[in-house]
Amino acid sequence: MSTQASSIDHVKTTPWAGGRSPFSVEYGKIMMWFFLLSDAFTFSSLLISYGALRFSSAAWPAPDIVFKAFPYVSENAPLVFVGLMTFILIMSSVTMVLAVEAGHRGAKNEVVKWMLWTILGGLMFLGCQALEWTHLHSEGFWWGSVPPLEKLQEFFSADSHANAVVMTTYGHQFANLFFTITGFHGFHVFSGVVINIIITINVLKGTYEKRGSYLMVEKIGLYWHFVDLVWVFVFTFFYLV
Amino acid sequence: MSSEHTHTTDHAEEHGETMTKKKIWQVFFVLLGITCVEFMIALYLVPHGVIKVNVANPVYIILTLAKAFYIVAYFMHLKFEKVGLIFSIVVPVLFIIGLILVLTNESHHWIDLRL
Repeated sequence: MSTQASSIDHVKTTPWAGGRSPFSVEYGKIMMWFFLLSDAFTFSSLLISYGALRFSSAAWPAPDIVFKAFPYVSENAPLVFVGLMTFILIMSSVTMVLAVEAGHRGAKNEVVKWMLWTILGGLMFLGCQALEWTHLHSEGFWWGSVPPLEKLQEFFSADSHANAVVMTTYGHQFANLFFTITGFHGFHVFSGVVINIIITINVLKGTYEKRGSYLMVEKIGLYWHFVDLVWVFVFTFFYLV
Repeated sequence: MSSEHTHTTDHAEEHGETMTKKKIWQVFFVLLGITCVEFMIALYLVPHGVIKVNVANPVYIILTLAKAFYIVAYFMHLKFEKVGLIFSIVVPVLFIIGLILVLTNESHHWIDLRL
C-alpha cells in the first residue's frame, strides 16, 4: 500500500471490522450462550416467585423435616440424600469438562469414555429424583394436594405456631412450587441426557473426527453445566434456606 | 463445516490459557468444599445455635454465588472468552437482580396485607 493512500483505503483489522466473529466464538456456541441466558431468566422467575411466596408466608414446611429420608437406608437422615444428588451432578459436570478437554486433544476414545460417565451421572441423578418424588408423593404431597392435617403439622417446625389454615395454604404452595421447579429442572436433566446420548453416538460414528473439531461436545457441555448451575440454586433455596 | 474448523483453530491459538486436567479437579474440590461448608452450617451450626438462621441464609446465598462463579467461569470457560462475550452474558443477569429486589420489597408488603 502506498504512503499516499487515504485513510479510507486502509483495511481495518479490528475485531469489530467485520469478516470474522468479534467474540472469536463459533455461531452455534454463541447461540447456546444466549439460549442459556434466556433459560436463566425462566428459572430465575420461577425461583424468585418461590422466594417471594415463601418470604411473605406465615409458616413454611421445614426442609430438614420434609427431606429427612434417605430411601431404603434411613428414615432420619436430614439432607443426606440431596447431598448425594448434588455430589452426583457436580461429578457429572466434572466428567463433562474432561470430555471437552479430551475433545481439544482429538482423543476420540477418551471423549466417549467421559461422555458415558456423564450420561451415567445424569441417569443416576434422575433416578434419585424419582425416588424423592415417590417418597414425597407417598406422604401425600403432590400438585394441589397436601397430607391430611394431623400428618401435615409434623412437617412444620415445633416453634412455628401455625394454625390449620396457614399450614394447609402454605403446604399447598410448597408442594406446587417444589414439584414445578424440581420437575422443570429434572426435565432439563432428562433432555440433557438425551442430547448427550445423541452426541456420544455421533462421536462413535466419527462425525466430529471428520469435521476436525469436537465443538459440539463443548456446546452440549455448556448446556450440561448450566443444568448443574441451576441445581446449585435449587439446592440452596429449597433444601438449605 | 470448514468455517467451523478455522474458527476453532484460531480460537485455540488466541487463548493460550485453557482448562487443564489439574485445573478441572481443583475447581471440583472447591465446589465440593463449599457444599460441605453449607452442610456444616445447615446440619450442625444452626441446630446447635452457633449461628442464627438470619445470619445463615445470607451466608448460603454468598456461598451459592461463589459456586455459580466457579461453574460459569471455569467449567463453562467464560473467564477465558473475549471480554465482549463476557459482558453480553453477565450484564443481562443484572435484570434478575432487579427482579429479586422488586419482589423482596413486594413480599414485605404482602406480609402487611395478610396481618
